[in-house]
Amino acid sequence: MMLVLGLLKEQTGIIVLSAACGIVAMDFSQEFGNSGKMQDYYYTGPVQHHFSPYTDNGGTVLAVAGEDFSIVASDTRLSEYYSIHSRDSPKCYKLTPSTVIACAGFHGDCLTLTKIIEARLQLYKHSNNKTMTTGAIAAMLSTILYGRRFFPYYVYNIIGGLDEEGRGAIYSFDPVGSYQRDAYKAAGSASAMLQPLLDNQIGFKNMEGVQHVPLTLDKAIQLVKDVFISATERDICTGDGLRICIVTKEGIKEDTLPLRKD
Amino acid sequence: MALASVLRSDYTDSVNKLSRFDNGPEKIEVRAALGEDLGFAVNASFKLSDEGIKKKMEFHHGTTTLAFKFKHGDEHGVIVAVDSRATAGSYIASQTVKKVIEINPYLLGTMAGGAADCSFWERNLARHCRIYELRNKERISVAAASKLLANMVYQYKGMGLSMGTMVCGWDKRGPGLYYVDSDGSRVCGDRFSVGSGSLYAYSVLDSGLKDDMTVEEACELGRRAIYQATYRDAYSGGQVNLYHVHSKGWTRISQEDVLMLHQQYKEKAEQG
Repeated sequence: MMLVLGLLKEQTGIIVLSAACGIVAMDFSQEFGNSGKMQDYYYTGPVQHHFSPYTDNGGTVLAVAGEDFSIVASDTRLSEYYSIHSRDSPKCYKLTPSTVIACAGFHGDCLTLTKIIEARLQLYKHSNNKTMTTGAIAAMLSTILYGRRFFPYYVYNIIGGLDEEGRGAIYSFDPVGSYQRDAYKAAGSASAMLQPLLDNQIGFKNMEGVQHVPLTLDKAIQLVKDVFISATERDICTGDGLRICIVTKEGIKEDTLPLRKD
Repeated sequence: MALASVLRSDYTDSVNKLSRFDNGPEKIEVRAALGEDLGFAVNASFKLSDEGIKKKMEFHHGTTTLAFKFKHGDEHGVIVAVDSRATAGSYIASQTVKKVIEINPYLLGTMAGGAADCSFWERNLARHCRIYELRNKERISVAAASKLLANMVYQYKGMGLSMGTMVCGWDKRGPGLYYVDSDGSRVCGDRFSVGSGSLYAYSVLDSGLKDDMTVEEACELGRRAIYQATYRDAYSGGQVNLYHVHSKGWTRISQEDVLMLHQQYKEKAEQG
């Protein structure tokens, strides 16, 4: 007579005794469900832990250029995965009286990059006795970013300001320095939600029979506020507050708007 | 490496001053660019897919560009036609990118592959061409310019640069057209198409080319080839930018939205 006792892995409620004489196994799992079951344990081998120098701190930035003004806006939430580090961390940085830069992505790289840009601006001012123009800052930022081609700054930049003729100019960048002048651009976590809306409302794309009205400052500010309110509804990394920098020939004015904190 | 020295030569003073600002690691930018003693230096593909970080950095890729030589009697020329879409993964980052870089009034470079790689190295090429002109008191030849570019990027072979460009221009020998890429190729030829949509552009280009073509016919062929490529390739679109290179330099012929071209060609097909 042979007695075999086995504990079936998946069903702790069962003890199977099978012997030559034959004893029926009792199955408890169907009555109690899977709640009592024991997890499988598999040996996976040694796990290598990776250190990543980057993280994504979320946030969205946006810039719009008008006839004689530029608007640069950013939300003020600083997040990491599902936590919020700060509700008051704006992503716009004033560079000169006619240029503002907005940086979204990895906050550490944003801080270092803006520090480097500010230092280079001062060096330029001391050696050339003039303030850098918006276009020159854009070209310089492109080479600064490309200098780290093989270990990039994880930052999506947008520069907004006035060009030498006083017209609104914005320049958008990718993390390694490719840039171009635009009329409007959104970057950051909710950029894919904002950009199509801007394409339609400012660029009049995909609309037929519409008169192309030039954008006024008030309409642009209202549009930016509405657009961020919409982004906050649907993007977890965007919210808490909105900081708008309005660049005109009089200088840079700041406006804030509270956004949803959830 | 060349990248660090290229950037350094532009602001030698500033870099030295910068390194004194920080008192810490000297020349941060240089070291980072070299990638040494950084255990976590990023590899060529930039896919930083570590646990938890779902977002990876995306750069602008995907395009259709073409250039071909043509002649009309004794007159020769080069037509350069490009689309204007830049994509970052599956997101269209921009529909209005300038993919033809005006190196100088008689040299053009096209952009395909990594947008930053192309624009940086071709801007650097413009600098070298200008230095050549100042030193030698004559314009640089297309062969020499393309060789300079090829040698510049060859130093970075294997490090992940992505650039497929055509250097087009006019010099003492007539029209010049070279294809240069980041793998180290440099080829002289009569017609090239580069990018994800190049296959579609080639088919239209090859079937439409004739021995003797007027400028208008050649322009229309280039335009049609890019349009067909944008029709079938998801990574190409936006506008068709057309340039004509002749003995006096280059001229910008037209910039047309692909949507307009689509309607135009449809009307023409329905009529004829």
